[in-house]
Amino acid sequence: MSPVRSTLSTSAGPVDGSLLQPLRGPETAGFWEGTARGELLVQRCEACGSLRFPPRPLCPSCHSTRRGWQPVSGRGRIWSFAVAHPPLLPAFSELAPYSVAVVEIEEDPAIRLVGMVVVVGANATLLPGPVPEIGAAVEVAFEERGDTVLPAWVLVDPHVPPRPGGGDITIPTAITIPTEGADR
Amino acid sequence: MSTIKDRAAIVGIGQTAFSKSLEPDETELACQAVLAALEDAGIEPAEVDGLCSYGQETTDEAELAAALGTGDLTFFSQVGFGGGGGCATVAHAAMAISCSAADVVVAWRSRKRGSARPWASAGGPQLPIPAEWTRPAGLLRPSDEVAVLTRRHMFEHGTRREHLANVALAARAHANRNPLAVMFDRELTLDTYLASRWISEPLCLFDNCLESDGAVAVVVVSAERARDCRQVPAYVHAAAQGLPRQHQAMVNYFADEPIRTPSTVAGHALWRHADVTPADVDVAQIYDAFTPMVLFGLEGYGFCPIGESGPFTEDGGLSFDGGRLPTNTAGGSLSEAYLHGFNLITEGVRQVRGTSHSQVEGAEISFVSSGDCVPTSALVLRR
Repeated sequence: MSPVRSTLSTSAGPVDGSLLQPLRGPETAGFWEGTARGELLVQRCEACGSLRFPPRPLCPSCHSTRRGWQPVSGRGRIWSFAVAHPPLLPAFSELAPYSVAVVEIEEDPAIRLVGMVVVVGANATLLPGPVPEIGAAVEVAFEERGDTVLPAWVLVDPHVPPRPGGGDITIPTAITIPTEGADR
Repeated sequence: MSTIKDRAAIVGIGQTAFSKSLEPDETELACQAVLAALEDAGIEPAEVDGLCSYGQETTDEAELAAALGTGDLTFFSQVGFGGGGGCATVAHAAMAISCSAADVVVAWRSRKRGSARPWASAGGPQLPIPAEWTRPAGLLRPSDEVAVLTRRHMFEHGTRREHLANVALAARAHANRNPLAVMFDRELTLDTYLASRWISEPLCLFDNCLESDGAVAVVVVSAERARDCRQVPAYVHAAAQGLPRQHQAMVNYFADEPIRTPSTVAGHALWRHADVTPADVDVAQIYDAFTPMVLFGLEGYGFCPIGESGPFTEDGGLSFDGGRLPTNTAGGSLSEAYLHGFNLITEGVRQVRGTSHSQVEGAEISFVSSGDCVPTSALVLRR
């Protein structure tokens, strides 16, 4: 099923002010060309194959400058989020309170993309969505905003999976205080 | 290997009043603070030959030197990345003095509330990298950016709002003992905290620092010269900066472990060349633009194990009077004034001198950190 694509509205109607647009630089243009086509792309090193986000000219692993874009499924899980209340920029105030989520993508949980949590409204427009939970499954929706199409997140399943047990989150039990003269 | 350990000291501190609104401009406020610090040190402006600033200070070194009538400058540095640079200015001053690049170095911060607030003014519809990945989605303000990390910390470690409240309540209690603090005569209770409006969940009004006008300055000289100054010197025992290799400003969601903040990197470097450990610290000024930053700092600098900063704050853990680690003893950014943490440095000095309004008895080792979630810095001062 292809992702939903529409404009963002408030429950009272279209957003009155102008919402922020991303600036497209030479390195990031590919991402926004992708969203304009309804694709979610992540930069890939063409030498070693590793994915990276945000896009950069050099691969931090192998230092190659050969890079391209890999389409990803648009599915992921919420890593964390904030629920923004005013004072905010005017256009965003109209949407408030709204949730913005950092989402780990299905293909690689180290790759995280930020988008507003939205729900598909009555006229197939996008509205600010419900407050989610960490771990909730989401899929991408595409928000048409002026000259740009931005990724946003729609909750897939109202039932959040149980919090992962020990294996998924590795948390060190203490930092090591280096002794005098120890190597970094 | 040579280090800066105990080779330089802060011998003068100065500040303007702290207020929601002061009339003089930032340059004039800076001059007031610097003159007060030099007076405190017993040193003439003409002897100043080094200046350090940070956080895109509106007054540059040339302007300040000319206004104050300093000597020619043979050392000057600016530290980037906003509020994380405060302690680094003192570190750079100590380095300069240790290398004989300058003899009298002043570090300062001067700020008015009307200073650049990009989230409020937008500055046009388009945004530069890296903000393009977060701002258009509605993550507009530092409070939103930190809220995301805070919620994750709550998820991973069971941190609760009451722990954030403990940070705010401790700072306010200390401010209530500090006549110069903006919140000197305003009490804060847990009920008020919990009932206050949301800014960016899980952060409420009282999880956010003040917005202040003011200026603060310090004077740094060699340990040898410090002996002749009129105040008890606060020796710069250790200092460090920290910028994690995968860092991305305050929207640091793209690293392997986003909630291991820059404090962790600075912390690792800080203790490396120190004769003391976190357990030896008597009093701490931990950057508190937001209450969770104190939790991140407690963990990053090794004052408690990862994940245990919440419980660390319980039962008066941060109080100057018998707490596990007396913290932000003049009221901090939350309740004294918000000047990108430079007032934390001066309070760190007062604790060494024994002149704080919330003095920790017998304090000898005094820790100060600068802005977390941005490339940061920290100091260990000692008697």
